[in-house]
Amino acid sequence: MRSAPRVALWGVAVVVPLAFLGVFFAWPVATLVGKGFVVDGHVDLSGFADVFSAARTWRIVGLTLLQATLGTAVSVLLGVPGAYVLFRCRWRGRGLARAVVTVPFVLPTVVVGVAFRSLLVDGGPLGFLHLDGTFAAIVLALVFFNYTVVVRTVGGLWERLDPRAEQAARALGASPWRAFRTVTLPALGPAIASAASIVFLFCATAFGVVLVLGGIQYGTIETEIWIQTTQFLDLRTASVLSVVQLVVVSAVLVVAGRARSRRERALSLASDRPVDDRRLRLWHRAADGTRSPWGGDLVPALVTALVVVVLLLVPLVNLVVRSLRVDGAWSLASYRALGTVGDRGALSVTVWEAAGNSLRTASVAAAIAVVVGGLVALVVSRRPRRRLGRRAVGALDAVFMLPLGVSAVTVGFGFLVTLDRPLGIPIDLRTSGALVPIAQAVVAIPLVVRSVLPVLRAIDPRLREAASTLGAAPGRVLRTVDAPLAARSLGLAIGFAFAASLGEFGATSFLARPDAPTLPVAIFTLIGRPGAGNYGMALAASCVLAALTAAVMLLAEQLRGERQGGEL
Amino acid sequence: MTGRATGRAKTLTALALTVAGALALAGCTSDGDASPSPTGTGAVAATGPVTLVTHDSFSIDKAQLAAFEKKSGITVKIVKQGDAGQLTNQLVLTKDAPLGDAVFGIDNTFATRAMEAGVLADYRSPALPKDAEQYLVGTHHGGATDQLTPIDYGDVCLNVDHTWFTTKKLAEPTTLDDLLKPEYKDLTVVENPATSSPGLAFLLATVAAKGEDGYLDWWKSLKANGLKVDQGWEDAYYTDFSGADGKGPRPVVLSYSSSPAYTLSKDESSTTTGALLDTCFRQVEYAGVLAGAKNPGAAQKVVDFLLSPEYQSTIADQMYMYPVSPDATLPTAWEKFAPLADKPWVVDPDDITTHRAEWIQEWTGAVVG
Repeated sequence: MRSAPRVALWGVAVVVPLAFLGVFFAWPVATLVGKGFVVDGHVDLSGFADVFSAARTWRIVGLTLLQATLGTAVSVLLGVPGAYVLFRCRWRGRGLARAVVTVPFVLPTVVVGVAFRSLLVDGGPLGFLHLDGTFAAIVLALVFFNYTVVVRTVGGLWERLDPRAEQAARALGASPWRAFRTVTLPALGPAIASAASIVFLFCATAFGVVLVLGGIQYGTIETEIWIQTTQFLDLRTASVLSVVQLVVVSAVLVVAGRARSRRERALSLASDRPVDDRRLRLWHRAADGTRSPWGGDLVPALVTALVVVVLLLVPLVNLVVRSLRVDGAWSLASYRALGTVGDRGALSVTVWEAAGNSLRTASVAAAIAVVVGGLVALVVSRRPRRRLGRRAVGALDAVFMLPLGVSAVTVGFGFLVTLDRPLGIPIDLRTSGALVPIAQAVVAIPLVVRSVLPVLRAIDPRLREAASTLGAAPGRVLRTVDAPLAARSLGLAIGFAFAASLGEFGATSFLARPDAPTLPVAIFTLIGRPGAGNYGMALAASCVLAALTAAVMLLAEQLRGERQGGEL
Repeated sequence: MTGRATGRAKTLTALALTVAGALALAGCTSDGDASPSPTGTGAVAATGPVTLVTHDSFSIDKAQLAAFEKKSGITVKIVKQGDAGQLTNQLVLTKDAPLGDAVFGIDNTFATRAMEAGVLADYRSPALPKDAEQYLVGTHHGGATDQLTPIDYGDVCLNVDHTWFTTKKLAEPTTLDDLLKPEYKDLTVVENPATSSPGLAFLLATVAAKGEDGYLDWWKSLKANGLKVDQGWEDAYYTDFSGADGKGPRPVVLSYSSSPAYTLSKDESSTTTGALLDTCFRQVEYAGVLAGAKNPGAAQKVVDFLLSPEYQSTIADQMYMYPVSPDATLPTAWEKFAPLADKPWVVDPDDITTHRAEWIQEWTGAVVG
């Protein structure tokens, strides 16, 4: 008797997210890609032969893989020490630093283009490095965007990892490095794999940043799909490339999934609060009182300081400085202008109103993403006994990552051909504005899943079994075992989802109503128009977006802090 | 399926008309012609909601639009869909379930693409000035047609930074060939024709100037002379161009003939940049009524409104283009500092549609490699 409602409950947890993803992702994408393979009512797959016989295609696929692999590798290498310093150690200003590293993640690419390129361009402050238009510049920019994904995803698990295992290893004589390598690193494995797969998908589908920073010689599958779809409407070629993209992305997800499941197991999580009471100690003090840089926090602290200051802060400060310069003098004029609609009415609303729109839309999107993503994470965190069940759970996990790996153009154009009367409902969703938070949520869901899942999976199943044996109903197990532990990662998930929605531009630019533009859309409009006033306003508005993001992340940290201190 | 959709559209139109009629009665307005007219080819009702699909750069004065809505009984919903190319392609893609009733922003580089795909309904606006008829587009297949109504136009030209050339004591280049000279090495930045509408316009200018057989050689020589290609106008103008606020390194940029009106000196007596009028391609932007529009009568009125003296006089400030109406007023800075080319380079719209993809691909092969 007890199992009927239970099955129904799990059924809902599976069906609701799948229906959402089906209507707002799978159906539009499949319809558009299908159009490319149907000519005069016949299926025509000759596009494959044409596209694959072009040497350019292979170069594009190669470049896509190369830049995504390098971008991911560098982000992980730099991000893991960052996760340690920002989440495992305690020091003054840590909260602010955590918020700052999130800022690049939400900046519109046009603005990152200005922030980066005006530094790197010949005659710019860093022009002597000759990085402008190089492959290295693309990789650096990809790290600029994605550093925070690694730091937050890995840090989220690290801060709750029970330190006693590592302490035991140390007590038994292992060197700090060895203790890290053999005890801590394997425990962080799932989170690192999680972060790496997200970053890889972001890098593989990066569009604006590749075009702006790399110049045109570094075309990727994504830029090619964009050009073939929006400029030539050559759906035959675009569809083949979309399939190639899907294959590449799926292959990566499968590999990442394997890597995760091999490592994933119940970890010993510190039960009541994050283990952050470890002070940042730069030097290792040996028993005889001598100080050595090895074994202390000096190396990770230096690496992190270098990344945060040079890679993240320099471009951001450059942006702030430029927003404060008007006609060669310091001025707040650009900020004062944010209360206006721009030179000669460039915008339909003021920048502050656009910021209000952004906050409203992002709140709705984050709410959708947390509900849907939370359900997915809950289902995927289970380990069914039967093989088939395990496979199904693995597939569900991968399917919800796909929105990060499929071109925003394919999704956007897919909306146009499917959502004129969705499911026969006579509302033209395409032009209603209601799609904006939905499209943002589709992108934010994978982030929620990836932040909550490592924590849920790390819960020792014996805890749940013990609760059941003691007579707790399944709902009560969820409430008393899963929920309290997952709740701590929820702050992170909400923050992430909110930030992703705040900065989302690709799909939003297709869907936002001109009378209610979001902040990134307003910035794009301003910078696309001549006149010093509009340019200054675009930069000032970007700084507002950056500050807004930092504030939201700080707030999310606060919420998390309260929860941690509570009864949970 | 089609029958049902049409039936639904009719029901909606009737509903809209009833509502509009009721509102008109309630407001005691004298708009007697708002009542539904019998079906037929003659009078079409012209009130109610209209969705105007346009590109990202579209802009209109709010008060002006509100005044038009009040006077006409039409409510205008604006939907922006990318640049001119994206806009056209999205309309082609959604032909069977149109995104709206009227369109503004298809330009002459995409005009026949839209016409051949059957995206537009015929409409010749009575408000079209005689002078603007030169911009009407025909196709080789159908002669001049009434599908697209010219609204504004402008020239895409190379711009130079006067200050930079004065400081360096170097004569400014004036022609396309000048740019290939060694003294102008590493000075030029343009936009990619595959990703930017001014980039495409300039590629067409070089095709017109150098011929289909010669344009690639010109581009190869320019590449050898240190050409920089950016993906979009923002990037080229604000990051690489020395004459704009970004203070980049290059004094020659691909922009518009109107751009110098926005780089005025402090006292507004001169401008610090100028357009090279021998390097220009003329862009014309069109409006039209979409085939399958739910409210075609009101969509026609919206096209008429875009040609009205009130809107035409705001085009320079709102759209950075020149109005087609000779009676429209221009800002003073434009009259002084934004001259049009006497003889812009021209490519037949039909040829553009036929060869666009081919030219861009050839260009990519030659310049990007």
